[in-house]
Amino acid sequence: MGELINIFIKSAFIENLALSYFLGMCSYLAVSKTVKTAFGLGLAVIFVLAITMPINWAINTYLLGEGGLFGTDLTFLRLILFIAVIASMVQLVEMVVEKYSPSLYNSLGIFLPLITVNCAILGGSLFMVSKEYGFAESVSFGLGGGFGWFLAIIAIAAIREKIRYSDVPAPLRGLGMAFLLTGLMGLAFMSLMGIDLAAFN
Amino acid sequence: MAEAAVAKKQGMTFGKNEKKLLVDPLSTNNPITVQVLGICSALAVTTGMKNSLVMAIAVVFVTMFSSLITSALRNAIPKQVRMIVQLVIIATLVTIVELTLKAVSYDSYKQLSVFIGLIITNCIVMGRLEAFAMGNDPYRSALDGIGNGLGYGIILMAVAFVRELFGKGELFGYKLLGGSEEYLVNTAAEGSWMSWYQPNNLMILFPAAMFVIAVMIWIHRSWKPQLVDVS
Repeated sequence: MGELINIFIKSAFIENLALSYFLGMCSYLAVSKTVKTAFGLGLAVIFVLAITMPINWAINTYLLGEGGLFGTDLTFLRLILFIAVIASMVQLVEMVVEKYSPSLYNSLGIFLPLITVNCAILGGSLFMVSKEYGFAESVSFGLGGGFGWFLAIIAIAAIREKIRYSDVPAPLRGLGMAFLLTGLMGLAFMSLMGIDLAAFN
Repeated sequence: MAEAAVAKKQGMTFGKNEKKLLVDPLSTNNPITVQVLGICSALAVTTGMKNSLVMAIAVVFVTMFSSLITSALRNAIPKQVRMIVQLVIIATLVTIVELTLKAVSYDSYKQLSVFIGLIITNCIVMGRLEAFAMGNDPYRSALDGIGNGLGYGIILMAVAFVRELFGKGELFGYKLLGGSEEYLVNTAAEGSWMSWYQPNNLMILFPAAMFVIAVMIWIHRSWKPQLVDVS
């Protein structure tokens, strides 16, 4: 259990997908103009990461690996299968949410299709493979990574809402400022590297 | 120009419009600094010129062929499943790049690791397919793909140039600024003519890429004020 909590903390804070690997930057910059929309997208990312990660783990282990169903090394199909799983899971999640929780669907609605091309999702699955996580670890990694991304986008959206009242030089307004802020937040998050993971055991 | 030769052979024109497709994304419609696409996979690989060059070539290859193929198939792809079809085309091309790189230069493959795979979700590729290749003929789509790939590559190389030069004092791995390590410890040892420079480790860290791009956007928009964000 302690191991799983460690992975959660590590992926949420120390190796934050958005702020230390810069994954999912396109939607991160495009949808962080107000906290409300950022909140919706953040939730959707947690949701999809936590679902696709274990599925991709199962596919990678039981279908593609040497000891898998086909008995041969099919890892060259990994990218295509992962992205197909992500695209179809996003579609499925969208339909389920629409049926059972229309209010959640209305708040997530437009962001769900965007997530298919969010690098954080595919990046998470690829990192999971390169780190050789097991099933429980991949669930924890998915939740932690999603939570970290959620925190990052909420934080930048809040700063961007405030900075609208500041006198920023015209050429830096909007996009330029968002880049500078993300860089500064990245520096701030680096100080979290000092977290002592052993303390959580 | 090589493209012009190809155009002639195929009986296609390379006029003003075609040139615009190729040149526009380099500055006024740059995918990174203006359209804000494809930043995701770009920043992590810009610590060195060599990795950036490999990445840029890979992206140009993928944007060009994905635009070409999608555009050739655009009348056969049903509207409802076009995202999946596009993703499969892109994923196939990226797999080709990945396997080629693994065979040709295993070192770069190891260093770029997951970021080659992440070209699939590079918004530039998807964005150009949606915005251009689905509605134009294959020849022009391929030009558009090359242009956008190059626009991305130029920014990538520029960021890598600044980061590698000031972060390590090197370009493509060759020492330019800063003395040998023993010079830094003992100033009596012989240093190169540029040994006054002390490498700045901040430039190697991830956030430096953000600062470099922010400064580039600043310069670019001061130079072309029509690009300034009004909101």
